[in-house]
Amino acid sequence: MLEIRGLSVSVEGKEILQDFTLSVGAGEVHAIMGPNGSGKSTLSYVLAGRDGYDVTGGYVTYRGKDLLALEPEERAREGLFLAFQYPVEIPGVGSATFLKTAVNAVRKNRGENEYDAMEFLKIIREKREALGISEEMMRRALNVGFSGGEKKRNEVLQMSLLEPYLAVLDETDSGLDIDALKIAAEGINALRSPERAMIVITHYQRLLDYIVPDFVHVLAGGKILRSGGKELALELEEKGYSSLTGGTEAAA
Amino acid sequence: MSVVSPLTTHPGRSIALPYAGRVSLADLPGGNLSWLLDGRGAAMARFAELGLPDQKVEEWKYSNLLPLAKTEFTDPERTAAEAARNEIKRRFSKRSAAARLVFVNGLLDGTSSARAELPAGVRVIGLADAIAQEADLLKSHVGEFLKQDGHALAVLNSALTADGCLVILEPEAELELELLFVAVPDGGTPAYHPRISIHVGEGSYLSLGEQHATLGGHEYWSNPVADIRLGENSSMRHYRLQEESVQAWQTSSTKVWAASGASYENFIVATGGRYVRNEIEVVLEGEGSSCDLSGGFMMGGEQEIDNRLRVDHTAPNCVSRLSYKGVLDERSHGVFQGKTVVRRDAQKTDGNQLSRALLLSPEAVMDAKPELEIYADDVKCSHGATVGELDCEQLFYLRARGIDEASARRLLIAAFLDEHVQSISDKAARGWLAGAVTGWLARRETERAA
Repeated sequence: MLEIRGLSVSVEGKEILQDFTLSVGAGEVHAIMGPNGSGKSTLSYVLAGRDGYDVTGGYVTYRGKDLLALEPEERAREGLFLAFQYPVEIPGVGSATFLKTAVNAVRKNRGENEYDAMEFLKIIREKREALGISEEMMRRALNVGFSGGEKKRNEVLQMSLLEPYLAVLDETDSGLDIDALKIAAEGINALRSPERAMIVITHYQRLLDYIVPDFVHVLAGGKILRSGGKELALELEEKGYSSLTGGTEAAA
Repeated sequence: MSVVSPLTTHPGRSIALPYAGRVSLADLPGGNLSWLLDGRGAAMARFAELGLPDQKVEEWKYSNLLPLAKTEFTDPERTAAEAARNEIKRRFSKRSAAARLVFVNGLLDGTSSARAELPAGVRVIGLADAIAQEADLLKSHVGEFLKQDGHALAVLNSALTADGCLVILEPEAELELELLFVAVPDGGTPAYHPRISIHVGEGSYLSLGEQHATLGGHEYWSNPVADIRLGENSSMRHYRLQEESVQAWQTSSTKVWAASGASYENFIVATGGRYVRNEIEVVLEGEGSSCDLSGGFMMGGEQEIDNRLRVDHTAPNCVSRLSYKGVLDERSHGVFQGKTVVRRDAQKTDGNQLSRALLLSPEAVMDAKPELEIYADDVKCSHGATVGELDCEQLFYLRARGIDEASARRLLIAAFLDEHVQSISDKAARGWLAGAVTGWLARRETERAA
């Protein structure tokens, strides 16, 4: 599904990721954990194609394609989804209009027929009810006036509508109380399937109680220091990042 | 204290307008009415003193009228209306209003107009018709228009106006009216100066929808002036869609006097014109009166629009809102000049101004000059201005969901304008003007694709 080999990335001349390597297969859930400033968000933005990140080495292959050569919209249409840590507010763009435009852009690319307004309403209703998103929220401008939890649930709603092959969840747990976290995690778990892979980026182990990963990687100073199974997350919870990084996290 | 704004005099800082000197005042409608001819003569003398303002005059510093002054304008041909009637009927259907006046090159075309269904307590009469048939009514209601206290272009309108309309609402009357101004090619470079005089009686309501459009892409100059008097507790909603040819000069002035409790809402959408001057002045002279002057302009190519808004608070407890949004593409130039004056007696004034512009090209320019001039001590006033490009975070978010860059940009531009248009209180007008915004975006798209 995804092969990242020797990836080095700089932002404004400062190297954030160094010789980063990761391989994600279909059906797998990988958790990437690390302290602040370790390069977690950089990884998610580079994969999604945001401007301002200079790739100085390495390559990324996604479903047989050179991912880094694609525009952000092409990546999305090819089934890559980034759940934003900070979903952007867009006044004047209605949530429902946005969702329909996005879903139809992705469906068109897959050679599927575009939904009309009525069909779309039906599909969206079922998905949003499962996530506790009201119809009224859909009538508001995109993310405008949404609470932190509502924004994150809206990200999960988009993911469930876009049905990606690879979902990158960037600190989806941040800003959520435990009830909101459970709802979001249920939504995400419902999307786990043998054809779909996920990269769950988080600072805390808490989220991984609900979304149980197949692999856990510890990122510090721009590279993976250690990889293991889900028990690695528990070890981190107990001992802290400094036990693994040998205190280097402060410098990172 | 004077309630009228100071004279716009600028001796020695003006541009001559040879065209104005060639017009024979006696040949204009009402040449046989001595008071009218004298009034025109005095206005022309005043214009000769003033001349067209040049860029050293503060409120005209963003506008270069030299190319206008050099243009050899002609008087409109009366025969143009008949030839254009079918096309006008086809292109500009009447919306829902009870009455519509159609002006072709500034002259009322009775055949295209519809006035049969006027409600009680309402008079709507063409200016040239009033001059011919109702000189006394005209003198009592419009005699004012010959006063020479406005700026040079309004004074020129007083001297040269050949047609327009007089709208009178008795107390407690209601009227919905459309004014359609269509420019049609007539073989020359027509210049015209329509005059609109509106009197809204106590407790009355007027909804006025103005549309300025062009058949063809020719050069002309439209210089309309509207004088609006709002009686106590009356209200007026005034909407204008300006879609002139990109060769057109449009210099418009609207002046409103609001008595106590009166409210005035004005919203313009402007997409046309090579040069547009949109000047609106409101005097809130009665306690508890209010005005909302809002607008959206979308320009491209070499187009220029200079919006100059002025609100004069002379009475206490009045509210004024000025809010303009512009989208500027290519080498276009937008201007917002807002001025809120709060006189010493205008305590408890609530006034704010906001100018926001979106630049779609590195060569587009926006000048914003919001000003407050406050002489009272218990007021709440604010102003703000922003100029920016499309937000790259928002663009990335949309693209990360599979929306291509061009569509994402279009969605964000539409959102910027739509948010503003949604503030229009009249539902039908909202739909009408929102449609014009969508139309502009679609045309822009087509031009880019070509």
